[in-house]
Amino acid sequence: MSVFAALGPLVLATAEEGAEHAADLTTSGPLLSAAWLIPVVPMVLTFAIVFWGKKLPYRGWELAVGSMGFVALYGIVLFFMNMSQGITYEGSVTLAEIGTQALGDNVGSALVFEWGWMVDGLSIMMYFVVGVVGTLVFVYAKGYMEGDARYTWFFASFTLFGGGMLVLVSAPNLIQLIVGWELVGVASWLLIGHYWEDHDASSSAIKAFLTNKIGDAALFIGAIIVGLSVGSFRFTDIMDVIASGSGSPLSRFAFWGGVAIFIGAMGKSAQFPLHVWLPDAMAGPTPVSALMHAATMVTAGVYLIARMFPFYAVDGFADEVRWVIIAVGTLTLFLTGLIALVQDDIKKVLAYSTLSQLGYMVTAMGAGAYTAGLFHLFTHAFFKALLFLGAGSVIHAVHSNNMSDMGGLRRFMPKTYSTFVIGALALAGIVPLAGFWSKDEILASIRFAGSADGYTVAQGGAWLADFVLVVAIAGAFVTAFYMTRAVSLTFFGEYKGDGHPHESPNVMTYPLVALAGFSVVAGLINIPGVTSLFTDGVGARFFAGFHELEHHAESLDLGVALIGTLAAAAGILIGYRIWFEDKETQRARDAFGVPLLYPLLRRKYYIDDAYFYGVVKPLREPVARGVDWFNGHVIDLVVNGAGFLARAAGKLVYLFDQRALDGAINASAGITSFGGGRLRLLQSGRVQQYATLLFAGTVLLVAGFVIYNGLTT
Amino acid sequence: MLISQFIVLGAGLFSLGVYGVLTRRNAVLILLSVELMLAAVNINMVAFDAAWGDVLAGGQIFALFIIAVAAAEVGIGLAIVLLIFRNRQSANVDELDLLKL
Repeated sequence: MSVFAALGPLVLATAEEGAEHAADLTTSGPLLSAAWLIPVVPMVLTFAIVFWGKKLPYRGWELAVGSMGFVALYGIVLFFMNMSQGITYEGSVTLAEIGTQALGDNVGSALVFEWGWMVDGLSIMMYFVVGVVGTLVFVYAKGYMEGDARYTWFFASFTLFGGGMLVLVSAPNLIQLIVGWELVGVASWLLIGHYWEDHDASSSAIKAFLTNKIGDAALFIGAIIVGLSVGSFRFTDIMDVIASGSGSPLSRFAFWGGVAIFIGAMGKSAQFPLHVWLPDAMAGPTPVSALMHAATMVTAGVYLIARMFPFYAVDGFADEVRWVIIAVGTLTLFLTGLIALVQDDIKKVLAYSTLSQLGYMVTAMGAGAYTAGLFHLFTHAFFKALLFLGAGSVIHAVHSNNMSDMGGLRRFMPKTYSTFVIGALALAGIVPLAGFWSKDEILASIRFAGSADGYTVAQGGAWLADFVLVVAIAGAFVTAFYMTRAVSLTFFGEYKGDGHPHESPNVMTYPLVALAGFSVVAGLINIPGVTSLFTDGVGARFFAGFHELEHHAESLDLGVALIGTLAAAAGILIGYRIWFEDKETQRARDAFGVPLLYPLLRRKYYIDDAYFYGVVKPLREPVARGVDWFNGHVIDLVVNGAGFLARAAGKLVYLFDQRALDGAINASAGITSFGGGRLRLLQSGRVQQYATLLFAGTVLLVAGFVIYNGLTT
Repeated sequence: MLISQFIVLGAGLFSLGVYGVLTRRNAVLILLSVELMLAAVNINMVAFDAAWGDVLAGGQIFALFIIAVAAAEVGIGLAIVLLIFRNRQSANVDELDLLKL
């Protein structure tokens, strides 16, 4: 029995409620069948920006923000429709069918490639988040990127980024999901490396791309395992197989398929130990960081786990993988949170905070808390975008990322200050801001997982759930702690930088205000026991037949809520004591007097070093030498060979031209001339010669005639 | 009745005519040889008519036509030769090569 059982009464939802809803879902309508526009509009406008953006009055920004605004409007309408009546719809267009396969009496195609669009609770939530956050970030980016040398190109890549995410989210099959997945990867590479003149930025882009590629490769393998053992890449087919029980071929390969797909999710959602790319991705422009950390890219991994949730939840399939998921998520949420404590770059503090929050989401998914994980994704999108945009506003004013160049900005930038504090409090999980509700739901779900009915107890791991719960609460403490540090160092104390900072223009502050509004109210749609709009919209009604897998709090779990809030409050208070009063030097403050902790955290647990010295460096030299050799020998050989062949071919053509063609022409001229010379002799002008020939001809004709007649008669 | 001797005679006459036409230089002699050839044809005409002719005796009538035409031809031919001789002081066909130019 869990020690946390002592906390108080535990009331959690049961399955029947969701099953009731499942009957009256909206399954058709013009709004749903036209939803293919959601990914297509940004993708098309990306090209429009590339080709015509520079000629437009706002140099392509209007197309970018227009595409996201369209998605936002569509997403908002669908979101509220879904919350009131529930939607499930799937449209698709078959692109190609390869091979044939006998399915019982029917003969179908072995592999069907489809382009489709999924409109259900999960994807609608993502449309909403990508659209709304995307629009606000795009508006903000107009101010932030003003004067950039590649302004139009930036918005083209940015729109591709959002469009790729929408392709991913709308995918009804694994193939299309991978297409969107890679589009997001490519766009992120373009955007992180936007300032490619800076060597750090370009190598960060490559680092992000390569780290992601590890996950991508695993995802691809996982998709192949799952797709081939099911015989279809469609999520609905996969879910049907899972619903039909564990006798299918899928269950035989489920563990490795589940691990591979989860490694894919780890890459995109930056889970330990593939998290190293995300902090370095801060080299990109701040709006990119905001969108990447809030709505697109890093949410893709959590989304993928959510999309495949029954696969991980049903006994006999990849349920064993949940141990891996919980372990990875827990490690990530705690370890990366600690690193955020010692960062000087304000964006890196937020980046590590994102890693930590992603750890929460993944842990929740591993603990079987589908709704809680997605709800945290939903609220986190708003306050993390807010925090990044606020940081961007500060950076815009101070022209430095380092908090050691900031301080006292509260007086210069009141709007940025107040919205940033709202975001920080929401992230720390203070009642009644958005972060509190979602984090509390995760904590409650983990506690439920450790309770008698929970998943982990059934698997003999009650102690693990307890341990995870302790770590998660400690993580909440750390979150509040480092956010207090960031706020203190940035907005309080004395200004330590150069020049006179000033508030950002309205185009940047209005999105901040809007996001602050969302950060306050977003949590209110899913207060346990009071409102369950999010649960109804996203959770229970989606997986018909899988409701029993998903648990969410029916009423507030007061014990956990209290402990979580206390942890956050303690974090803020201690942080206030250490940093706000500005007593010690920063380095001393960061060390907390614990020996070796500071260097350990500063070096990020030596993971980056391990990768660098363990993987990159040993590989880089031979690879560089190999590439050099390849370049010097193979490519040059090919180029020289091509040159040689071209020369030889030229020579051949020359010879052909000179000998064959000219020869033919000269020969025909010669023959004509020779023939003319011979024939000229006939034209002697001597009548008798002509007459001789005439007679000879006549004689020959007659002779021929006579002989011919003689032969026939 | 055998007609072989007439045909042989016609062929011989014709050959003589051809030989004359092809070898003689003098235009008058060439015309004369042409007449020989016409005469050979006439002999053939009459001979064939006598052997297989019908009541109209077309072969013999044709021979009369040929004699008339030959007379007209010789008349014109000799006139031409006379004019050539007058203009060029020669009736030698070898020298009549104005067409060659």
